[in-house]
Amino acid sequence: MESGFSSSSMGFMENVEQPHVLAVDDSDIDRKLIEKLLKNFSCKVTTAENGARALEFLGLGDHPNHCNVSKVNLVITDYCMPGMTGYELLKKIKESSVMKEVPVVIMSSENIPNRISKCLEEGAQMFMLKPIKQSDIKQLRCHLMNCRS
Amino acid sequence: MDAVAQWRNQWFDYTHYLRREGFLDDQFAQLKKLQDENSPDFVVEVVSLFFQDSEKLLNNMARALEQNVVDFKQVDACVHQFKGSSAWIGAMRLKNVCINFRNYCEAQNLEGCLGCLQQVRQECLALKNNLENLFRLEQQIVAAGGSIPVME
Repeated sequence: MESGFSSSSMGFMENVEQPHVLAVDDSDIDRKLIEKLLKNFSCKVTTAENGARALEFLGLGDHPNHCNVSKVNLVITDYCMPGMTGYELLKKIKESSVMKEVPVVIMSSENIPNRISKCLEEGAQMFMLKPIKQSDIKQLRCHLMNCRS
Repeated sequence: MDAVAQWRNQWFDYTHYLRREGFLDDQFAQLKKLQDENSPDFVVEVVSLFFQDSEKLLNNMARALEQNVVDFKQVDACVHQFKGSSAWIGAMRLKNVCINFRNYCEAQNLEGCLGCLQQVRQECLALKNNLENLFRLEQQIVAAGGSIPVME
């Protein structure tokens, strides 16, 4: 099993031994599975059960603070969530001057082309279809590190 | 044939049966791959969580379908969540019933929905029994000093 990320040119992920990923999903099963998938690829994982909690963690909530800003290397979020959707969360992150460079990946159990293009247009790095496999996380790593297979 | 070999043969037969009958698909093998020394009970934990959640979702669906004015969108939201979880653990038959269920929700067909709800309950129970059998077999293999085969 590969461990960690290599340090060869990855822009913002340079010298990051254990990327910190914020995983957002309203389903407890999905959170558990995504966390394990990411941990198996040497990521440090924080989970949030909705967009509001995610924004709070990122310091973009009602009481702005920047203590977690430099820590998070990637946000991976479900699309369909009650309250704030993953798309709305993506927008808020991309609108923030402090967090807009952080890559955001959207997950969904539904393969809806409009939904996918809408998210990519708004700046999502990738769209992943659930259920997510280990090969998807591997592909995600490669994509974010611009490596060639 | 020694005890380990016997139990392992039973395991192969049983998993082939589960795959053939559509109770489990490839995604279950993916789930098993996630288990490691750091989390040796991962699969059992996920499966337990699934059945706990499904209990709640099924009750919510039943309650929603009992109302004088049925909120089909609410039922659909529950089914959508249930379908998602079923897909994660490779519960193919359950997932397929959910697809039908969602179609009936969209068509606002109460009878169809009630039929699907019953089917979901039955499939859930069958899957629970099947998985308990599978886990028991795996315990037997380990107790006999063997290792659980890798699911392809």
